[in-house]
Amino acid sequence: MDQDGVIVFKGWNLKGGLDLEGHKDLSRQYSINNTAIPDELIYPLVDRSGNVLTALAKTGERVLKGQVIAGSKGVQGTLLHAASSGLVKENEWRMIAHPSGLKSECLIVATDGLDECCPIDEPVDYRQLSAADICEKVHQAGIVGLGGASFPTAIKITPNNVHTIDTLIINGAECEPYITCDDRLMQQYPSEILLGIQVLLRALAIKNCVIGIEEDMPEAIEAIQKAIECSGFNQIQVKVVPAVYPAGGERQLIYLLTGRETPSQGFPVDIGVVCQNVGTVMAVYQAIVKGQVLIERVVTVTGTGINKPQNMWARIGTPIKDLVSQCGGYNGPNERLIMGGLMMGFSLPDDSVGITKATNCILVATSKEVTKSSEAEIQPCIRCGECASVCPVNLLPQQIYWYSQGGAHQKCQSFGLFDCIECGCCDVVCPSHIPLVQYFRASKSKVFLKRREDEAATLAKQRFERRDTRQVQEKVAREQRIRVKKLALVKRQKESVSSSAKMQDKP
Amino acid sequence: MLWICLLFAILGVILGYAAFRFKVEGDPLVVDIEALLPQTQCGQCGFPGCKPYAEAIAQGKADINQCPPGGEVGVKALADLLGLDAKPLNESFGIEKEKKVAVIVEADCIGCTLCIQACPVDAILGAAKYMHTVIASECTGCDLCVEPCPVDCIVMTAIKPSVLNWQWPKPIPNRH
Ligand code: SF4
Ligand code: SF4
Ligand code: SF4
Repeated sequence: MDQDGVIVFKGWNLKGGLDLEGHKDLSRQYSINNTAIPDELIYPLVDRSGNVLTALAKTGERVLKGQVIAGSKGVQGTLLHAASSGLVKENEWRMIAHPSGLKSECLIVATDGLDECCPIDEPVDYRQLSAADICEKVHQAGIVGLGGASFPTAIKITPNNVHTIDTLIINGAECEPYITCDDRLMQQYPSEILLGIQVLLRALAIKNCVIGIEEDMPEAIEAIQKAIECSGFNQIQVKVVPAVYPAGGERQLIYLLTGRETPSQGFPVDIGVVCQNVGTVMAVYQAIVKGQVLIERVVTVTGTGINKPQNMWARIGTPIKDLVSQCGGYNGPNERLIMGGLMMGFSLPDDSVGITKATNCILVATSKEVTKSSEAEIQPCIRCGECASVCPVNLLPQQIYWYSQGGAHQKCQSFGLFDCIECGCCDVVCPSHIPLVQYFRASKSKVFLKRREDEAATLAKQRFERRDTRQVQEKVAREQRIRVKKLALVKRQKESVSSSAKMQDKP
Repeated sequence: MLWICLLFAILGVILGYAAFRFKVEGDPLVVDIEALLPQTQCGQCGFPGCKPYAEAIAQGKADINQCPPGGEVGVKALADLLGLDAKPLNESFGIEKEKKVAVIVEADCIGCTLCIQACPVDAILGAAKYMHTVIASECTGCDLCVEPCPVDCIVMTAIKPSVLNWQWPKPIPNRH
């Protein structure tokens, strides 16, 4: 069923994976709705990778839409902009979008409803911009990967001396059940996405681009295909990938589209690939072509627990409850509120949490959806090997689990703990209902903790040794000082003795 | 006066050079043992720091179960390294406790500098008659500054759980 110019995969040539029920029809047929300005915008001052952001707007200051209000330092530093105009309140500890369910310091903007904008840059022709200009603008616009990882996009597209990039991969394979935000973006904004791709290709100074879209999104495939024909951007290729989970995992998609394998513990750049999510490309378009900074994104609000599932343009920082009420509210008592997808997302303690740049989906799950091992009794591993047969990374989950539950976290690493993408396939198939992924996450946490402790111990050792050396030096110097003083004293005594002798001699 | 200064300058240079030139490469066994100790530098083991304790173990002058901050895990690691049997921590040296950090109640600090002198890792900042403060990230939680403070304004505080130090909990195993 090859369509014109569209390459369709005949088979799934990636090991493992699952054929999951998509539940995409809950939301994918409705166009993306705009949302009202919430009363409050909530911005946590720490991101999911643990980077701390410094508030750059003062308490009581009136900020405009698009104004920089916080930023993180370091090579991975990013900027955060206010999504509407209003007053900056005193920082508060609020519940944030984090699996811990802990509170964290947040910058809060009480909006004034005026939605007054910062003056925006005159739109420029991207073809006049140098690669460095594009990277700088992308950084200034606060763009990070909107697929979930939140890695700063400017870093990904800044050329370096080590890697030669030859292919740009656009991830439109929205493989997680329920999520349809990228699908809608491709259906509604195909030409904008193509322009965004052109900008990225210019920044990377390459020509080759492949968009990977899952086969169960025919409208998106068609829309992009049509836009390519109209625009004449023929170097952009559409490849249809099978609707198998996790075809949209970065490494999995790259492998499907190029046949190249990202090395374990390595990155796509190591094999000449830069991968961007469709949402990120849209943000790049808005930043470079329209001069707008990243203050809103498309979020799928869905699940059987909500009255009107849909996709919405939501301002970053909007509390989930505002989005839920605009979707007609909850339709009964809900089992779980999940941020992200059913497979890779995490539960939230309540709906006061603000959405972040990484939030692609809010899933209001009822007992129909929550069929995970959480309620089922955990049984011992029977070593059936089911988990290994579905693992897309070719790991032996049962083996990692064995070491993890025994506390041998370091040993887990030699079985590829850090190659695990936490896709959850193994969890789903395990007949013993073992929450494998949670074991792996716990082990990863422990390994990180050990690393931090080792670093702290090395630092403490250095400081202790330096203090020790200093004390020895001080002691030697003190003794030296005393000796010199003594010598001087003896000399003076001698002198006075001899002079008094002379005096005695004189008369 | 001038020649005294000069003399010190020269001495300083000689000292620095000597430290560099005659640097003794440590006994590899001591280095290995020390690498397993937590570097809290608290002295609970009966030695003035982790390195002296490592040396004592290497020379057979101390047992492997005297370091409370290292805990059972630490004893086991030492036993593995030295080919000995693991044993429980000798509680006469102290018991394993949750790691804490020292916090100076700044309003009460009189600026006596006694805590600075006690801190084995230079984690306290301050000067005579000025308020002191602990650099939390450098504090090993050794407790040594608490005792010398004449106004008892140093409190050992539990490390607050935050999203930055949070850990995924291990699933609760079989309930049957
Ligand atoms: S699927 Fe479950 S029971 Fe089977 S081998 Fe893997 S962990 Fe063990
Ligand atoms: S969660 Fe990890 S171990 Fe389990 S299937 Fe996915 S990649 Fe493999
Ligand atoms: S008891 Fe304290 S000083 Fe002794 S080895 Fe352990 S941490 Fe180091």
